[in-house]
Amino acid sequence: MSENGGRPESRTPLLEVRDLVVHHGQLRALDGISLRVLPGEVYAIIGANGAGKSTLLRTIAGLHHPTEGSVLFDGTDVTGLRPERRAGQGIVMVPEGRRLFGSLSVEENLQVGAAYARQGPWTIERVYEMFDWMRERRKQLTAQLSGGEQQTVALGRALVANPRVLLLDELSLGLAPVVVQRIYGMLQQILATGLTVLLVEQDVSQALRVASRIQCLLEGRTTLEGRPADVTADQVEAAYFGLAGAAGASQPENGSEP
Amino acid sequence: MAWVNAIIQGVLIGGLYALFACGLSLMFGVMKVVNLAHGDLAVVAGYLAIGVIAVIHIPVLWSFLIVVPLMALLGYVMQRTILQGALDRSVLTTLMVTFGLSVVIENGLLQFFTANSRAIGTGLALVTGSFTIGSQIQIGYLPLVIFLVAVVVLLGLQYFLSASRYGRLIRAVADDKEAAQLAGADYRHVFGIAAAIAFGTVALAGIAYGMYSQLAPTTGTDTILLFAFAAVVIGGLGSLWGTLLGGVVLGVAQQIGAQISLSDELLAGFIVFLAVLVLRPQGLISRGAQS
Repeated sequence: MSENGGRPESRTPLLEVRDLVVHHGQLRALDGISLRVLPGEVYAIIGANGAGKSTLLRTIAGLHHPTEGSVLFDGTDVTGLRPERRAGQGIVMVPEGRRLFGSLSVEENLQVGAAYARQGPWTIERVYEMFDWMRERRKQLTAQLSGGEQQTVALGRALVANPRVLLLDELSLGLAPVVVQRIYGMLQQILATGLTVLLVEQDVSQALRVASRIQCLLEGRTTLEGRPADVTADQVEAAYFGLAGAAGASQPENGSEP
Repeated sequence: MAWVNAIIQGVLIGGLYALFACGLSLMFGVMKVVNLAHGDLAVVAGYLAIGVIAVIHIPVLWSFLIVVPLMALLGYVMQRTILQGALDRSVLTTLMVTFGLSVVIENGLLQFFTANSRAIGTGLALVTGSFTIGSQIQIGYLPLVIFLVAVVVLLGLQYFLSASRYGRLIRAVADDKEAAQLAGADYRHVFGIAAAIAFGTVALAGIAYGMYSQLAPTTGTDTILLFAFAAVVIGGLGSLWGTLLGGVVLGVAQQIGAQISLSDELLAGFIVFLAVLVLRPQGLISRGAQS
Protein backbone atom coordinates (compact mmCIF):
# COMPACT_ATOMS: atom_id res chain seq x y z
CA MET A 1 0.00 0.00 0.00
CA SER A 2 2.93 2.36 0.62
CA GLU A 3 4.91 1.20 -2.35
CA ASN A 4 5.50 4.78 -3.37
CA GLY A 5 9.13 4.48 -2.32
CA GLY A 6 9.11 7.98 -0.89
CA ARG A 7 9.88 8.78 2.71
CA PRO A 8 6.62 8.16 4.63
CA GLU A 9 7.70 10.72 7.23
CA SER A 10 6.95 13.50 4.77
CA ARG A 11 3.17 12.84 4.95
CA THR A 12 0.97 13.79 7.91
CA PRO A 13 0.30 10.79 10.13
CA LEU A 14 -3.28 9.98 11.13
CA LEU A 15 -2.11 8.57 14.43
CA GLU A 16 1.09 9.52 16.15
CA VAL A 17 2.61 8.37 19.41
CA ARG A 18 5.46 10.38 20.88
CA ASP A 19 7.91 9.04 23.49
CA LEU A 20 5.27 7.10 25.37
CA VAL A 21 6.15 5.89 28.87
CA VAL A 22 3.56 3.79 30.70
CA HIS A 23 3.87 2.26 34.14
CA HIS A 24 1.95 -0.65 35.62
CA GLY A 25 2.60 0.15 39.25
CA GLN A 26 6.39 0.01 39.58
CA LEU A 27 6.90 -1.78 36.29
CA ARG A 28 7.90 0.35 33.33
CA ALA A 29 5.74 -1.37 30.73
CA LEU A 30 6.54 1.03 27.89
CA ASP A 31 9.75 2.99 27.73
CA GLY A 32 9.80 5.76 25.17
CA ILE A 33 7.79 4.30 22.30
CA SER A 34 7.12 6.42 19.22
CA LEU A 35 5.25 5.57 16.07
CA ARG A 36 3.56 7.27 13.13
CA VAL A 37 0.67 5.61 11.30
CA LEU A 38 -0.11 7.17 7.93
CA PRO A 39 -3.62 7.19 6.45
CA GLY A 40 -4.37 3.89 4.74
CA GLU A 41 -1.39 2.18 6.30
CA VAL A 42 -1.43 -1.17 8.09
CA TYR A 43 1.00 -0.85 10.95
CA ALA A 44 1.90 -3.98 12.90
CA ILE A 45 3.40 -4.14 16.37
CA ILE A 46 5.04 -7.49 16.98
CA GLY A 47 6.80 -8.88 19.99
CA ALA A 48 6.76 -11.68 22.54
CA ASN A 49 4.48 -11.98 25.55
CA GLY A 50 4.94 -9.11 27.95
CA ALA A 51 6.74 -6.92 25.43
CA GLY A 52 4.21 -4.14 26.00
CA LYS A 53 2.22 -4.48 22.77
CA SER A 54 -1.19 -4.61 24.35
CA THR A 55 -0.28 -1.85 26.79
CA LEU A 56 0.64 0.35 23.83
CA LEU A 57 -2.66 -0.31 22.09
CA ARG A 58 -4.69 0.15 25.26
CA THR A 59 -2.92 3.45 25.96
CA ILE A 60 -3.76 4.66 22.45
CA ALA A 61 -7.41 3.64 23.03
CA GLY A 62 -7.36 5.53 26.34
CA LEU A 63 -7.62 2.61 28.76
CA HIS A 64 -4.19 3.33 30.31
CA HIS A 65 -2.76 6.69 31.23
CA PRO A 66 0.82 7.36 30.19
CA THR A 67 3.32 8.76 32.68
CA GLU A 68 5.06 10.62 29.86
CA GLY A 69 4.58 11.21 26.19
CA SER A 70 1.52 11.92 24.10
CA VAL A 71 -0.94 10.41 21.64
CA LEU A 72 -1.94 12.56 18.67
CA PHE A 73 -4.87 11.79 16.42
CA ASP A 74 -5.21 13.69 13.18
CA GLY A 75 -2.87 16.36 14.54
CA THR A 76 -4.65 16.98 17.84
CA ASP A 77 -3.51 15.77 21.23
CA VAL A 78 -5.94 13.16 22.60
CA THR A 79 -3.77 12.02 25.54
CA GLY A 80 -6.24 13.37 28.12
CA LEU A 81 -9.42 12.09 26.47
CA ARG A 82 -11.48 9.23 27.89
CA PRO A 83 -11.78 6.04 25.80
CA GLU A 84 -15.40 6.74 24.86
CA ARG A 85 -14.47 10.18 23.52
CA ARG A 86 -11.65 8.71 21.46
CA ALA A 87 -14.03 6.07 20.09
CA GLY A 88 -16.37 8.86 19.09
CA GLN A 89 -13.55 10.49 17.15
CA GLY A 90 -12.80 7.27 15.31
CA ILE A 91 -10.15 5.44 17.35
CA VAL A 92 -11.87 2.07 17.72
CA MET A 93 -10.29 -1.00 19.26
CA VAL A 94 -10.99 -4.72 19.08
CA PRO A 95 -9.74 -5.68 22.53
CA GLU A 96 -7.66 -8.71 23.36
CA GLY A 97 -9.77 -11.79 24.07
CA ARG A 98 -12.70 -10.37 22.04
CA ARG A 99 -14.61 -9.10 25.09
CA LEU A 100 -18.06 -9.53 23.58
CA PHE A 101 -21.11 -8.71 25.71
CA GLY A 102 -22.00 -12.19 26.93
CA SER A 103 -25.64 -11.63 27.80
CA LEU A 104 -26.36 -9.88 24.51
CA SER A 105 -27.16 -11.52 21.20
CA VAL A 106 -24.93 -11.21 18.15
CA GLU A 107 -27.12 -8.48 16.74
CA GLU A 108 -27.26 -6.59 20.03
CA ASN A 109 -23.48 -6.67 20.21
CA LEU A 110 -23.38 -5.02 16.79
CA GLN A 111 -26.06 -2.52 17.84
CA VAL A 112 -23.99 -1.46 20.84
CA GLY A 113 -21.03 -1.03 18.51
CA ALA A 114 -23.19 1.18 16.28
CA ALA A 115 -24.78 3.15 19.14
CA TYR A 116 -22.25 5.98 18.99
CA ALA A 117 -21.05 5.37 15.45
CA ARG A 118 -19.63 8.02 13.19
CA GLN A 119 -21.10 8.52 9.74
CA GLY A 120 -19.50 6.14 7.30
CA PRO A 121 -19.73 3.18 4.99
CA TRP A 122 -20.15 0.46 7.63
CA THR A 123 -23.58 -0.59 8.81
CA ILE A 124 -24.87 -3.71 10.51
CA GLU A 125 -26.41 -4.66 7.17
CA ARG A 126 -23.02 -4.44 5.47
CA VAL A 127 -21.45 -6.62 8.14
CA TYR A 128 -24.18 -9.21 7.51
CA GLU A 129 -23.47 -9.04 3.79
CA MET A 130 -19.81 -9.67 4.40
CA PHE A 131 -20.36 -12.51 6.85
CA ASP A 132 -23.62 -14.12 5.80
CA TRP A 133 -23.68 -16.75 8.59
CA MET A 134 -24.04 -13.92 11.08
CA ARG A 135 -27.47 -12.89 9.80
CA GLU A 136 -28.89 -16.36 10.40
CA ARG A 137 -27.45 -16.52 13.89
CA ARG A 138 -28.04 -12.91 14.90
CA LYS A 139 -30.46 -13.86 17.71
CA GLN A 140 -27.99 -16.22 19.38
CA LEU A 141 -25.94 -15.35 22.42
CA THR A 142 -22.28 -14.93 21.57
CA ALA A 143 -21.29 -17.67 24.03
CA GLN A 144 -22.85 -20.18 21.60
CA LEU A 145 -20.41 -19.17 18.86
CA SER A 146 -16.99 -20.67 18.20
CA GLY A 147 -13.85 -18.67 18.95
CA GLY A 148 -13.37 -17.67 15.34
CA GLU A 149 -16.99 -16.60 15.00
CA GLN A 150 -16.73 -14.57 18.19
CA GLN A 151 -13.64 -12.85 16.85
CA THR A 152 -15.56 -12.02 13.66
CA VAL A 153 -18.41 -10.51 15.69
CA ALA A 154 -15.87 -8.48 17.69
CA LEU A 155 -14.43 -7.24 14.40
CA GLY A 156 -17.92 -6.41 13.14
CA ARG A 157 -18.76 -4.57 16.36
CA ALA A 158 -15.73 -2.35 15.80
CA LEU A 159 -16.38 -1.83 12.08
CA VAL A 160 -19.97 -0.59 12.52
CA ALA A 161 -18.57 2.29 14.59
CA ASN A 162 -16.90 3.41 11.34
CA PRO A 163 -13.38 3.74 12.68
CA ARG A 164 -10.85 6.10 11.15
CA VAL A 165 -8.15 3.98 12.71
CA LEU A 166 -8.85 0.43 13.79
CA LEU A 167 -6.79 -1.01 16.64
CA LEU A 168 -6.61 -4.80 16.61
CA ASP A 169 -5.27 -6.52 19.70
CA GLU A 170 -4.12 -10.11 19.05
CA LEU A 171 -6.74 -11.32 16.60
CA SER A 172 -5.12 -14.76 16.60
CA LEU A 173 -5.15 -15.26 20.37
CA GLY A 174 -6.54 -18.62 21.40
CA LEU A 175 -7.60 -19.60 17.90
CA ALA A 176 -6.62 -22.66 15.88
CA PRO A 177 -4.14 -21.98 13.04
CA VAL A 178 -6.79 -22.71 10.39
CA VAL A 179 -9.12 -20.18 11.98
CA VAL A 180 -6.34 -17.62 12.22
CA GLN A 181 -5.75 -18.07 8.47
CA ARG A 182 -9.44 -17.44 7.82
CA ILE A 183 -9.60 -14.37 10.10
CA TYR A 184 -6.61 -12.83 8.39
CA GLY A 185 -8.13 -13.66 5.03
CA MET A 186 -11.19 -11.63 6.03
CA LEU A 187 -8.99 -8.89 7.38
CA GLN A 188 -7.37 -8.51 3.98
CA GLN A 189 -10.80 -8.05 2.45
CA ILE A 190 -11.50 -5.30 4.97
CA LEU A 191 -8.11 -3.69 4.46
CA ALA A 192 -8.87 -3.45 0.76
CA THR A 193 -11.38 -0.73 1.66
CA GLY A 194 -8.45 1.50 2.62
CA LEU A 195 -8.96 1.40 6.37
CA THR A 196 -6.06 2.54 8.53
CA VAL A 197 -5.09 -0.21 10.96
CA LEU A 198 -2.73 -0.53 13.89
CA LEU A 199 -2.47 -4.14 14.92
CA VAL A 200 -0.69 -6.04 17.61
CA GLU A 201 0.24 -9.62 16.90
CA GLN A 202 2.28 -12.38 18.45
CA ASP A 203 1.98 -14.43 15.30
CA VAL A 204 4.73 -12.76 13.30
CA SER A 205 4.05 -14.47 9.97
CA GLN A 206 0.46 -13.18 9.91
CA ALA A 207 1.58 -9.68 10.82
CA LEU A 208 4.23 -9.62 8.12
CA ARG A 209 1.67 -10.75 5.55
CA VAL A 210 -0.72 -7.85 6.02
CA ALA A 211 1.48 -5.04 7.33
CA SER A 212 2.90 -2.19 5.34
CA ARG A 213 5.10 -1.24 8.28
CA ILE A 214 6.20 -3.11 11.39
CA GLN A 215 7.68 -2.29 14.74
CA CYS A 216 9.07 -4.90 17.10
CA LEU A 217 8.89 -4.38 20.86
CA LEU A 218 10.97 -6.08 23.52
CA GLU A 219 10.46 -5.32 27.21
CA GLY A 220 8.84 -1.99 26.46
CA ARG A 221 11.44 -0.76 24.01
CA THR A 222 11.57 -0.62 20.22
CA THR A 223 14.04 -3.13 18.81
CA LEU A 224 13.20 -2.92 15.12
CA GLU A 225 11.21 -0.72 12.81
CA GLY A 226 10.71 -0.75 9.08
CA ARG A 227 8.81 -2.05 6.09
CA PRO A 228 8.42 -5.84 5.92
CA ALA A 229 10.28 -5.90 2.60
CA ASP A 230 13.26 -4.13 4.11
CA VAL A 231 13.84 -6.38 7.12
CA THR A 232 15.28 -9.87 7.02
CA ALA A 233 13.96 -12.86 8.91
CA ASP A 234 17.13 -12.89 10.99
CA GLN A 235 16.68 -9.28 12.00
CA VAL A 236 13.08 -9.94 13.03
CA GLU A 237 14.06 -12.99 15.03
CA ALA A 238 16.84 -11.16 16.81
CA ALA A 239 14.57 -8.21 17.58
CA TYR A 240 11.75 -10.50 18.72
CA PHE A 241 13.81 -12.56 21.16
CA GLY A 242 16.42 -9.95 22.00
CA LEU A 243 19.29 -12.20 21.02
CA ALA A 244 22.07 -10.67 18.99
CA GLY A 245 22.89 -13.03 16.12
CA ALA A 246 20.33 -15.62 17.09
CA ALA A 247 19.81 -16.97 13.60
CA GLY A 248 18.59 -20.54 13.80
CA ALA A 249 19.45 -20.83 17.45
CA SER A 250 16.04 -20.48 19.01
CA GLN A 251 12.79 -22.38 19.17
CA PRO A 252 9.87 -20.09 18.27
CA GLU A 253 7.40 -20.51 21.12
CA ASN A 254 4.32 -19.73 19.10
CA GLY A 255 5.01 -22.17 16.33
CA SER A 256 5.29 -19.58 13.58
CA GLU A 257 8.52 -18.79 11.90
CA PRO A 258 9.27 -15.16 11.23
CA MET B 1 -60.94 -20.78 52.81
CA ALA B 2 -58.84 -18.78 55.26
CA TRP B 3 -55.77 -20.35 53.69
CA VAL B 4 -56.80 -19.38 50.20
CA ASN B 5 -57.34 -15.88 51.49
CA ALA B 6 -53.85 -15.85 53.03
CA ILE B 7 -52.32 -16.94 49.76
CA ILE B 8 -54.18 -14.27 47.79
CA GLN B 9 -53.12 -11.55 50.24
CA GLY B 10 -49.55 -12.85 50.07
CA VAL B 11 -49.47 -12.75 46.28
CA LEU B 12 -50.79 -9.19 46.26
CA ILE B 13 -48.30 -7.85 48.79
CA GLY B 14 -45.56 -9.79 46.98
CA GLY B 15 -45.90 -7.37 44.08
CA LEU B 16 -44.91 -4.53 46.38
CA TYR B 17 -41.91 -6.51 47.67
CA ALA B 18 -40.83 -7.11 44.09
CA LEU B 19 -41.07 -3.38 43.45
CA PHE B 20 -38.80 -2.79 46.46
CA ALA B 21 -36.39 -5.42 45.23
CA CYS B 22 -36.03 -4.62 41.52
CA GLY B 23 -33.96 -1.46 42.09
CA LEU B 24 -31.68 -3.23 44.53
CA SER B 25 -31.19 -6.03 42.03
CA LEU B 26 -30.61 -3.62 39.14
CA MET B 27 -27.96 -1.61 40.97
CA PHE B 28 -26.15 -4.75 42.02
CA GLY B 29 -26.45 -6.30 38.57
CA VAL B 30 -25.21 -3.24 36.68
CA MET B 31 -22.70 -1.45 38.90
CA LYS B 32 -22.07 -4.13 41.57
CA VAL B 33 -23.29 -1.68 44.21
CA VAL B 34 -25.09 -3.25 47.16
CA ASN B 35 -27.13 -0.27 48.17
CA LEU B 36 -27.63 -0.56 51.93
CA ALA B 37 -29.54 2.73 51.88
CA HIS B 38 -32.10 1.32 49.43
CA GLY B 39 -34.84 0.94 52.04
CA ASP B 40 -34.17 4.35 53.52
CA LEU B 41 -34.63 5.91 50.10
CA ALA B 42 -38.12 4.40 50.01
CA VAL B 43 -38.85 6.02 53.36
CA VAL B 44 -37.43 9.35 52.17
CA ALA B 45 -39.76 9.16 49.17
CA GLY B 46 -42.70 8.47 51.51
CA TYR B 47 -41.86 11.47 53.73
CA LEU B 48 -41.36 13.62 50.65
CA ALA B 49 -44.84 12.63 49.50
CA ILE B 50 -46.30 13.47 52.90
CA GLY B 51 -44.54 16.83 52.79
CA VAL B 52 -45.61 17.60 49.23
CA ILE B 53 -49.24 16.72 49.99
CA ALA B 54 -49.22 18.86 53.16
CA VAL B 55 -47.50 21.87 51.65
CA ILE B 56 -49.07 22.27 48.22
CA HIS B 57 -52.38 20.53 48.98
CA ILE B 58 -52.54 18.18 46.02
CA PRO B 59 -54.49 14.93 45.87
CA VAL B 60 -52.54 12.04 47.37
CA LEU B 61 -52.00 10.21 44.10
CA TRP B 62 -50.50 13.28 42.43
CA SER B 63 -47.59 13.09 44.84
CA PHE B 64 -46.31 10.09 42.85
CA LEU B 65 -45.93 12.29 39.79
CA ILE B 66 -43.76 14.73 41.70
CA VAL B 67 -41.79 12.50 44.05
CA VAL B 68 -40.92 9.62 41.70
CA PRO B 69 -39.21 11.81 39.04
CA LEU B 70 -37.53 13.80 41.80
CA MET B 71 -36.09 10.64 43.34
CA ALA B 72 -35.01 9.39 39.91
CA LEU B 73 -33.14 12.64 39.39
CA LEU B 74 -31.59 12.30 42.85
CA GLY B 75 -30.53 8.78 41.85
CA TYR B 76 -28.75 10.02 38.75
CA VAL B 77 -26.99 12.80 40.68
CA MET B 78 -25.96 10.56 43.57
CA GLN B 79 -24.63 7.90 41.20
CA ARG B 80 -22.57 10.44 39.28
CA THR B 81 -21.14 11.93 42.49
CA ILE B 82 -20.72 9.97 45.71
CA LEU B 83 -21.52 6.47 44.45
CA GLN B 84 -19.21 6.80 41.43
CA GLY B 85 -16.57 8.26 43.72
CA ALA B 86 -16.88 5.22 45.96
CA LEU B 87 -16.85 2.83 42.99
CA ASP B 88 -13.65 4.43 41.68
CA ARG B 89 -11.97 3.39 44.92
CA SER B 90 -13.36 -0.11 45.30
CA VAL B 91 -16.59 -2.06 45.37
CA LEU B 92 -16.18 -2.50 49.12
CA THR B 93 -16.10 1.26 49.56
CA THR B 94 -19.62 1.44 48.15
CA LEU B 95 -20.80 -0.78 51.02
CA MET B 96 -19.40 1.64 53.56
CA VAL B 97 -20.70 4.69 51.73
CA THR B 98 -24.23 3.35 51.37
CA PHE B 99 -24.19 2.14 54.97
CA GLY B 100 -23.15 5.62 56.08
CA LEU B 101 -25.84 7.11 53.89
CA SER B 102 -28.40 4.86 55.53
CA VAL B 103 -27.35 6.00 59.02
CA VAL B 104 -27.42 9.65 57.97
CA ILE B 105 -30.87 9.37 56.40
CA GLU B 106 -32.39 7.55 59.36
CA ASN B 107 -31.03 9.98 61.92
CA GLY B 108 -31.93 12.95 59.77
CA LEU B 109 -35.52 11.72 59.59
CA LEU B 110 -35.57 11.09 63.35
CA GLN B 111 -34.24 14.56 64.00
CA PHE B 112 -36.72 16.40 61.81
CA PHE B 113 -39.81 14.21 61.86
CA THR B 114 -39.53 12.40 65.26
CA ALA B 115 -39.82 8.63 65.65
CA ASN B 116 -43.60 8.66 65.15
CA SER B 117 -44.84 6.60 62.28
CA ARG B 118 -46.93 8.17 59.57
CA ALA B 119 -49.29 6.88 56.93
CA ILE B 120 -50.16 8.36 53.56
CA GLY B 121 -53.70 8.93 52.33
CA THR B 122 -55.57 7.58 55.35
CA GLY B 123 -59.28 7.80 54.77
CA LEU B 124 -58.99 7.58 51.01
CA ALA B 125 -61.58 5.25 49.50
CA LEU B 126 -58.80 3.49 47.61
CA VAL B 127 -56.93 2.81 50.85
CA THR B 128 -59.84 1.65 52.98
CA GLY B 129 -62.11 0.10 50.38
CA SER B 130 -62.34 -3.57 49.52
CA PHE B 131 -64.57 -6.08 47.84
CA THR B 132 -65.41 -9.62 48.80
CA ILE B 133 -65.42 -12.85 46.87
CA GLY B 134 -67.59 -15.49 48.45
CA SER B 135 -67.88 -15.21 52.17
CA GLN B 136 -64.31 -15.14 53.44
CA ILE B 137 -62.05 -13.68 50.78
CA GLN B 138 -61.77 -9.97 51.12
CA ILE B 139 -59.56 -8.10 48.69
CA GLY B 140 -58.57 -4.51 49.34
CA TYR B 141 -58.54 -2.17 46.38
CA LEU B 142 -55.15 -0.82 47.40
CA PRO B 143 -53.21 -4.13 47.53
CA LEU B 144 -54.78 -5.09 44.20
CA VAL B 145 -53.85 -1.78 42.57
CA ILE B 146 -50.33 -1.94 44.00
CA PHE B 147 -49.91 -5.46 42.68
CA LEU B 148 -51.10 -4.47 39.21
CA VAL B 149 -48.87 -1.40 39.18
CA ALA B 150 -45.91 -3.52 40.26
CA VAL B 151 -46.50 -6.02 37.47
CA VAL B 152 -46.88 -3.23 34.91
CA VAL B 153 -43.69 -1.51 36.14
CA LEU B 154 -41.72 -4.76 36.05
CA LEU B 155 -43.07 -5.54 32.56
CA GLY B 156 -42.14 -2.05 31.43
CA LEU B 157 -38.69 -2.35 32.94
CA GLN B 158 -38.19 -5.73 31.31
CA TYR B 159 -39.22 -4.29 27.95
CA PHE B 160 -36.99 -1.26 28.44
CA LEU B 161 -33.96 -3.44 29.26
CA SER B 162 -34.47 -5.90 26.43
CA ALA B 163 -35.64 -3.68 23.59
CA SER B 164 -34.56 -0.08 24.03
CA ARG B 165 -31.25 1.48 23.10
CA TYR B 166 -30.44 2.49 26.67
CA GLY B 167 -31.61 -0.82 28.03
CA ARG B 168 -29.17 -2.53 25.70
CA LEU B 169 -26.40 -0.21 26.82
CA ILE B 170 -27.21 -0.93 30.47
CA ARG B 171 -26.86 -4.66 29.82
CA ALA B 172 -23.68 -4.13 27.80
CA VAL B 173 -22.10 -2.02 30.55
CA ALA B 174 -23.14 -4.62 33.14
CA ASP B 175 -21.34 -7.28 31.09
CA ASP B 176 -18.12 -5.37 30.38
CA LYS B 177 -17.86 -1.66 30.99
CA GLU B 178 -14.44 -1.36 29.38
CA ALA B 179 -15.65 -2.93 26.13
CA ALA B 180 -18.65 -0.60 26.25
CA GLN B 181 -16.30 2.36 26.57
CA LEU B 182 -14.45 1.17 23.49
CA ALA B 183 -17.79 1.25 21.67
CA GLY B 184 -18.15 4.90 22.67
CA ALA B 185 -20.47 4.50 25.66
CA ASP B 186 -19.85 6.64 28.74
CA TYR B 187 -20.47 4.00 31.39
CA ARG B 188 -20.80 6.61 34.14
CA HIS B 189 -23.80 8.08 32.36
CA VAL B 190 -25.27 4.60 31.86
CA PHE B 191 -24.72 3.87 35.57
CA GLY B 192 -26.56 7.09 36.32
CA ILE B 193 -29.55 6.00 34.27
CA ALA B 194 -29.64 2.63 36.04
CA ALA B 195 -29.51 4.41 39.41
CA ALA B 196 -32.31 6.74 38.32
CA ILE B 197 -34.48 3.72 37.52
CA ALA B 198 -33.60 2.10 40.84
CA PHE B 199 -34.38 5.25 42.85
CA GLY B 200 -37.57 5.86 40.88
CA THR B 201 -38.94 2.35 41.44
CA VAL B 202 -38.06 2.34 45.12
CA ALA B 203 -39.71 5.76 45.53
CA LEU B 204 -42.88 4.40 43.93
CA ALA B 205 -42.75 1.40 46.27
CA GLY B 206 -42.01 3.59 49.29
CA ILE B 207 -45.05 5.81 48.81
CA ALA B 208 -47.21 2.77 48.12
CA TYR B 209 -45.96 1.18 51.33
CA GLY B 210 -46.83 4.36 53.20
CA MET B 211 -50.40 3.97 51.96
CA TYR B 212 -50.57 0.23 52.59
CA SER B 213 -48.99 0.33 56.04
CA GLN B 214 -47.05 3.12 57.72
CA LEU B 215 -43.60 4.61 57.63
CA ALA B 216 -41.22 5.47 60.45
CA PRO B 217 -37.59 6.62 60.13
CA THR B 218 -36.32 3.09 60.80
CA THR B 219 -38.75 1.27 58.47
CA GLY B 220 -36.18 1.49 55.69
CA THR B 221 -33.64 -0.84 57.26
CA ASP B 222 -35.70 -2.95 59.61
CA THR B 223 -38.38 -3.81 57.07
CA ILE B 224 -38.00 -2.66 53.49
CA LEU B 225 -34.31 -3.42 52.94
CA LEU B 226 -34.67 -6.87 54.52
CA PHE B 227 -37.73 -7.73 52.44
CA ALA B 228 -36.01 -6.47 49.29
CA PHE B 229 -32.94 -8.60 49.98
CA ALA B 230 -35.09 -11.63 50.73
CA ALA B 231 -37.09 -11.19 47.52
CA VAL B 232 -33.90 -10.84 45.44
CA VAL B 233 -32.28 -13.90 47.02
CA ILE B 234 -35.39 -16.08 46.76
CA GLY B 235 -36.05 -15.10 43.16
CA GLY B 236 -32.48 -15.10 41.93
CA LEU B 237 -30.31 -12.19 40.88
CA GLY B 238 -30.45 -10.82 37.39
CA SER B 239 -33.99 -11.74 36.46
CA LEU B 240 -36.96 -9.43 36.89
CA TRP B 241 -39.35 -12.39 36.74
CA GLY B 242 -37.30 -13.99 39.47
CA THR B 243 -37.66 -10.83 41.52
CA LEU B 244 -41.44 -10.85 41.09
CA LEU B 245 -41.57 -14.53 42.00
CA GLY B 246 -39.29 -13.88 44.98
CA GLY B 247 -41.56 -11.10 46.22
CA VAL B 248 -44.64 -13.26 45.81
CA VAL B 249 -43.08 -16.27 47.56
CA LEU B 250 -41.99 -14.04 50.43
CA GLY B 251 -45.43 -12.44 50.67
CA VAL B 252 -47.25 -15.79 50.62
CA ALA B 253 -44.90 -17.29 53.21
CA GLN B 254 -45.51 -14.31 55.51
CA GLN B 255 -49.27 -14.49 55.15
CA ILE B 256 -49.33 -18.23 55.75
CA GLY B 257 -47.13 -17.68 58.80
CA ALA B 258 -49.53 -15.03 60.04
CA GLN B 259 -52.40 -17.47 59.50
CA ILE B 260 -50.71 -19.97 61.80
CA SER B 261 -49.98 -17.37 64.44
CA LEU B 262 -49.75 -13.60 64.07
CA SER B 263 -46.27 -13.52 65.58
CA ASP B 264 -44.97 -15.98 62.96
CA GLU B 265 -45.46 -13.64 60.02
CA LEU B 266 -41.86 -12.41 59.71
CA LEU B 267 -40.40 -15.70 60.90
CA ALA B 268 -42.13 -17.68 58.14
CA GLY B 269 -40.83 -15.28 55.47
CA PHE B 270 -37.25 -15.57 56.64
CA ILE B 271 -37.44 -19.37 57.03
CA VAL B 272 -38.29 -19.59 53.34
CA PHE B 273 -35.48 -17.14 52.61
CA LEU B 274 -32.98 -19.32 54.50
CA ALA B 275 -34.33 -22.50 52.93
CA VAL B 276 -33.78 -21.08 49.44
CA LEU B 277 -30.31 -19.89 50.42
CA VAL B 278 -29.41 -23.42 51.56
CA LEU B 279 -31.19 -25.52 48.94
CA ARG B 280 -31.01 -23.30 45.88
CA PRO B 281 -28.51 -20.50 46.44
CA GLN B 282 -28.80 -19.24 42.86
CA GLY B 283 -32.49 -18.44 43.47
CA LEU B 284 -35.64 -19.97 42.07
CA ILE B 285 -35.07 -18.48 38.63
CA SER B 286 -31.38 -18.30 37.93
CA ARG B 287 -29.64 -16.07 35.47
CA GLY B 288 -30.00 -16.73 31.78
CA ALA B 289 -33.63 -15.78 31.30
CA GLN B 290 -32.86 -12.09 31.03
CA SER B 291 -30.71 -9.41 32.58
